[in-house]
Amino acid sequence: MTDHQDAARDEILRRIRVALHAEQAGITEQHAGATFPAQSFRRSDQQPASVHIANFIERVSEYRATVQEVNQSGLPHALAAACQHLRLHRVVVPSDLPSAWLMDLPAINVEVIADGGLLTTAELDACDGVITGCALGIAQTGTIVLDSGLAQGRRALSLVPDVHFCVINEGQIVSLVPEAVAALAPIAQEARRPITFISGPSATSDIELNRVEGVHGPRNLVVFVVRPDEQDVITEYFYDE
Amino acid sequence: MSTPSRSNIPPAVSPASTAVETIPVALPPHGHALPPFPVNARRMLGNTQLRRNLGKATTTIRAKRAAVVSELPDWEELREAGRAIKEHTLAHLDEYLLQLERSVQRAGGQVHWARDAAEANEIVTGLVKGTGATRVVKVKSLTTDEIELNGALQAAGIEAVETDLAELIIQLAQEKSSHILVPAIHKNRAEIRELFERTIAQGQQLSDVPSELTAVARAHLRRTFLSSTVAISGANFAVAESGSIGVVESEGNGRMCLTLPQTLITVMGIEKVIPRFDDLAVFLQLLPRSSTGERMNPYTSIWTGVTPGDGPQAFHLVLLDNGRTHVLADATGRQALQCIRCSACLNICPVYERTGGHAYASVYPGPIGAILTPQLLGVEQASTLPFASSLCGACYEVCPVKINIPEVLLHLRGQVVRAKQHHTGVRGTLAQATPEAASMRTAAAILESPSRYEQAQRLAQIGQWPLARGKVIPSLPLGILSGWTAMRDLPALPSQTFRQWWRSRPEQRQEAPRD
Amino acid sequence: MRISLFITCFNDTLFPSVGRATVAVLERLGHTVDFPMAQTCCGQMHYNTGYQDEALPLIRHFVDVFESAEVIVTPSASCAGMVREIYPRAAREAGDDDLLRRIQTLSPRVFEFSELLVHRLGVEDVGAYFPHRLTYHPTCHSLRALKVGDAPLRLLRAVRGAELVDLEAASECCGFGGTFAIKNADVSLAMLSDKLRHVQDTRAEACVAVDTSCLMHIGGALSRTRSGMRTLHLAEVLASTARDMAR
Repeated sequence: MTDHQDAARDEILRRIRVALHAEQAGITEQHAGATFPAQSFRRSDQQPASVHIANFIERVSEYRATVQEVNQSGLPHALAAACQHLRLHRVVVPSDLPSAWLMDLPAINVEVIADGGLLTTAELDACDGVITGCALGIAQTGTIVLDSGLAQGRRALSLVPDVHFCVINEGQIVSLVPEAVAALAPIAQEARRPITFISGPSATSDIELNRVEGVHGPRNLVVFVVRPDEQDVITEYFYDE
Repeated sequence: MSTPSRSNIPPAVSPASTAVETIPVALPPHGHALPPFPVNARRMLGNTQLRRNLGKATTTIRAKRAAVVSELPDWEELREAGRAIKEHTLAHLDEYLLQLERSVQRAGGQVHWARDAAEANEIVTGLVKGTGATRVVKVKSLTTDEIELNGALQAAGIEAVETDLAELIIQLAQEKSSHILVPAIHKNRAEIRELFERTIAQGQQLSDVPSELTAVARAHLRRTFLSSTVAISGANFAVAESGSIGVVESEGNGRMCLTLPQTLITVMGIEKVIPRFDDLAVFLQLLPRSSTGERMNPYTSIWTGVTPGDGPQAFHLVLLDNGRTHVLADATGRQALQCIRCSACLNICPVYERTGGHAYASVYPGPIGAILTPQLLGVEQASTLPFASSLCGACYEVCPVKINIPEVLLHLRGQVVRAKQHHTGVRGTLAQATPEAASMRTAAAILESPSRYEQAQRLAQIGQWPLARGKVIPSLPLGILSGWTAMRDLPALPSQTFRQWWRSRPEQRQEAPRD
Repeated sequence: MRISLFITCFNDTLFPSVGRATVAVLERLGHTVDFPMAQTCCGQMHYNTGYQDEALPLIRHFVDVFESAEVIVTPSASCAGMVREIYPRAAREAGDDDLLRRIQTLSPRVFEFSELLVHRLGVEDVGAYFPHRLTYHPTCHSLRALKVGDAPLRLLRAVRGAELVDLEAASECCGFGGTFAIKNADVSLAMLSDKLRHVQDTRAEACVAVDTSCLMHIGGALSRTRSGMRTLHLAEVLASTARDMAR
């Protein structure tokens, strides 16, 4: 750090200490941590998983994202049907996306491009859609969270193409925001990977407060909620809204 | 050091405390005091389009906010947690900023400290020039508006492209924002269509349907996003423990700016730091519900330093003071630094709803602006803002971090009055006082003494005689009170005051023994 | 019980009928009212306008006059709010620990009229009769500072013959705000315009509230516009009986 910067930092810290009437120059982190205020908001709720899952589906739908429940074995077909419905020709996927998910795509002439991190922005822009998994889902707010982890790839993948198919296993759905944050803390703290919360397609209300969906980022978000094969799922394969 | 409560800390700003006086204020925009609020307000009240748009917007957002807040059984606990975390952080601000710096550096980012707007602009401009870029994309950031960064960049030959739709509209129209959250609320769709046809959609004939206008903006900006190398953003939160920065947005332009360019520069006020990643559990619930009235906003990006192969490979965090330490020095006023910029107070304020943001002549308008701006700039630069309120208290009820705005307004009013008295010769003779101060001091002398008080009552009963018409006084003569009768009748003083009536009652009551 | 009345400088001079009504209701309920003649003003106008040093003698005077009272009632939510919320702060700012202590003992005994009746005395039906169509405006101090809740409405609902109509956007400030009405007269009037419209839309005969400051503001415009509506303080409605109707 330059002398100039040292001076700026020292001056700001001096002002803070004067403002707070701090007596000593040396400060320890334990000091602050020891007096951290206790909090009593909800950190979890006691409802069964089926309620969380139902809430998640309802709330994601309220954001005008499309939600499809599928069985594990029905996922490849659902993805293919969705590609057909939305007339996608070229989709990009993270290189660690389970290849089994993609097995129905070649049959309908959808080109799949695996990103190892080297595709340019222009190449991404030439893709119609992207398929990823996710880190978790939050039922309370209808939110999908990506953390650049397994089957998700880097952030640009789920940002540039106009259609985002996001696959979430029902076991990844937590109920409340605090639960999600607790699960994500090590990702930020230790792995230091970027995290993105997605709640519906993008929107603006800047023109006369009329809400318009789909500004930047994918204008079409389709969420596939995967239930175990034993579970009865009525799947209507991609219908018109 | 125990967690300080407000009542234990002695008033920081007192004439005897020279150390505190070494904490400078920020420079006001254009270098002079803000124009008086009542003058601006009067003008804005006559803007029928603003009144209509703003009234509709604030009514709509209020209802949405109320609905999503009522869904949470622990909303009050969350507000208290938000308040407590912020208060605690401010009380240990130096520690947390140092921890933040270490964490960001550990994660591969660089940290810069800016004492004031000029220094921040110098740092940012220097960083941009270092990349060779002559154009940057910007995510909406009130902080960069505060320091007037775009102007500084332009002076250095760098074009700053605003990418929020409303900020884009404002930039194209060369105007200023009128609302923290929906800056172009004072514009209607026909104006926006005309603006786009003049600028980014030249030669095209557009409709004024909002979705189609938005599509025009999307196409225009997409080209820019995909080819930009440097982005500048603000930050909603910075986690000291991990060095993670959070940006909360709706449109996706944030994600574009934070992900695609090679270099990211984030300018952040020092009060935005929060201690632990876990604290996001509180603020990610408080902010979306309070601002846009949603359970969650469309996109929240949280990044920690630099991640190889994912996003910008050079990250710079610029920590900005610019008057914040001056606010911090006031034990009562420092709660204004708890603000998370949700704009719930703007949306509920009956004054703001009618005057809009321009009347406050500051980047921070509305109730929060009325307490933050005078403290950032010094009360004498913004002396009418603490009075731009009827003290109804609605803002305090909705503030997600429980800033007691009415308390700070009253506190600042006292400072304004004392500052004026200091100028006219510290409580000197009545002849030296301002007319207002003279009449207030005379009134106090009367009200302090029962006998003078009753005498004044009798004088008023007699004195009103020429003005009264039956039970009302329809018109007061010229003077500061005459405004009252411009639109209202004043009741005539009844012929008998209450205490005169009380004295005239027959003695029926027994004198009960007192404890 | 023995209840000491703090009439407020405002009501004393401009709205003595509110004081008479307050006394009538309390005596009807069997209580003894006393009126410490030395009382003047709570200091709110000065404090809120920023003349906080000048307000201090007024604050001290109030404490001197009332601290030996068992229970204090005032037909003004803003003045009750001043005593309960602001007085402790003013004493701290003045660095006067003794005054602070006296205020801390005194202020829990200070009640606005409707909260005294409902929360302290546990009474909702005070035997009132007032066969008119009314609407109720919750003043900002009573709503947010004192949090009287629905006490005034409970009292009004128990008034025989009274027809209560809901007020649209009731919790919006009327725009008085003390010296705000003078310093920011234009905004004050803009707020008043909307409040007036909502009040008139109720087609009530009278608008009722617990603060005469707001009532003077609203009523002044109702009178000027020859609206055919008037304002009444809650106490005046509650004091009304078949034998002795409020005008």
